[in-house]
Amino acid sequence: MPRALRSILANLPYIGLLALALALPSLLGNAYYIQVAIFIGIYIILVLSLNLLNGYIGLLSIGHAAFYGIGAYASAKLMMEAGLPFILAMPAAGLISAAFGYLIAKPTLKLSGIYLTLATLGFNMILFLVLQSWMSFTNGPLGIMGIPQPSLFGREISSRPQYYYLILALVLLTLFSMQRLLNCRFGRALLAIREDQLAAEAMGIHAARYKIQAFVLAAFYAGIAGSFYAHFVKFISPDSFYIYESFILLAMLALGGQGNLVGPMVGAAVLVLIPELFRFLQEYRMIVYGSVLIVMMLVRRQGLLGGKNYSLRLTWFDPPAEKKYYRGDKFLPEE
Amino acid sequence: MLELTDIDAYYGPIQALKNVSLTVNRGEIVSLLGGNACGKSTTMKTILGLVKPRRGRITFEGQRIDRRPPSVVVKAGISPVLEARRLFPYLTVLENLRMGAYTRRDKKGIEQDIERMYELFPVVRERYRQPASTLSGGEQQMVAMARALMARPKLLIMDEPSMGLSPLYVEKVFEIIETVNRKEGVAILLVEQNANMALSIATRGYVLQTGEIVLKDTAENLLSNPLMQKAYLGVA
Repeated sequence: MPRALRSILANLPYIGLLALALALPSLLGNAYYIQVAIFIGIYIILVLSLNLLNGYIGLLSIGHAAFYGIGAYASAKLMMEAGLPFILAMPAAGLISAAFGYLIAKPTLKLSGIYLTLATLGFNMILFLVLQSWMSFTNGPLGIMGIPQPSLFGREISSRPQYYYLILALVLLTLFSMQRLLNCRFGRALLAIREDQLAAEAMGIHAARYKIQAFVLAAFYAGIAGSFYAHFVKFISPDSFYIYESFILLAMLALGGQGNLVGPMVGAAVLVLIPELFRFLQEYRMIVYGSVLIVMMLVRRQGLLGGKNYSLRLTWFDPPAEKKYYRGDKFLPEE
Repeated sequence: MLELTDIDAYYGPIQALKNVSLTVNRGEIVSLLGGNACGKSTTMKTILGLVKPRRGRITFEGQRIDRRPPSVVVKAGISPVLEARRLFPYLTVLENLRMGAYTRRDKKGIEQDIERMYELFPVVRERYRQPASTLSGGEQQMVAMARALMARPKLLIMDEPSMGLSPLYVEKVFEIIETVNRKEGVAILLVEQNANMALSIATRGYVLQTGEIVLKDTAENLLSNPLMQKAYLGVA
């Protein structure tokens, strides 16, 4: 079989999924359904970024919505007041969020375990209070209205399908960049630190530095999601970035399973869909939401897809490693 | 090569090391002996930079390494075999070895070294595809040594390699330590409770008691020292 054909076959499941994702707006048709799909996209980026901390390096952050909020406010402000075009405002919002990630990580990563967790919670609460009280800058609890819609390369993004394709592109970028990052030395170092920090340090891995890098990266991705959210909903208020939001992200991660890239996506999709699917139950639908989480923790604590490593390897970018045989292999059955 | 001068270390208000000075020369096996809670592990942690000394200095090949983070110390050429081995339990033996070479970027050299480790430790070759947690304690000790050697250290610090092993494996481990020292030319600082075994392969030894070095001599002299025989060697 020629190489090109073989690599197409190997990538077939991804090609299928991508085709499905591309066709989704026309399959769904209804604007409301597309909106749900867009929210799934936002949450996929958020949960994937939280997964870097909770799943890969083993830092329990419970205030992740803070970085989502910083991204949203930064992006809105940059476009409305500094007059930046969307294509600059979005990465800038990510960078601002990452800078805050650095400022928080630097002093708090000396803390360990539950203390660090409490520090992330504290940061989320402080951010909420600042957004709530700094009337002149954030307009307080009234929030910011009339956030402009994004335009890319001279084209306004205004319809639901256009937003959908934008978030799809962002999700794919997130996945692709994370996959590349986690499959090299950086990813190995994170895993080693999660498994046994002392042993990791004995290998010459600078644990503190990697923790800060992971924190900054997670904040960056969350900031990008925040920016998209601001320009999609066109209205932001402190309530959207309260601790409640952080806990939803944690629930999604727990449901989907952490430590790989597939679990968080499934978790985000399921927990966005449940309240929508059970809308007919009105307020009672949150009972379904809660029950799903409780049952999951009882029957499958590691999450739907946790505890495994799913490779999202595209053979075009990562040619499968050549099989290497060591001398001892002669006596072992082939893989 | 490694030199500790007048080290004082504390855990909070409690002094763990008092005025500890010791040296390890190129190619030597030096054993650091002592009972429980006498500061053996603290000495090791201080060398690695996990505990910051309050006083004194540590130099390695002329370069000061006290107050540097462990990653810098490891890169300078000191590789530890931690107490209780501390392998990555879910990674395979081979992945553990690769993790040991984390600071290196020479792919070819790493592959060659893996091959060398297979030769030095036949167990590692037999088990290379198994998760590390499925190995016995003695086998894990071999993997831990191989992992530490993957960093191509100039000095190997071993914390209680005989702990929790069957008598048969204890002997095997010490044999291998000797081989590694001879074949690889790596200096070894052996932190041990098993004084008899440790001195039988060492050139020199230090004895720690409540954080202070009370005896230092060649291994032969220590083995015949009446004080040592009574306190640590179990000779009546």
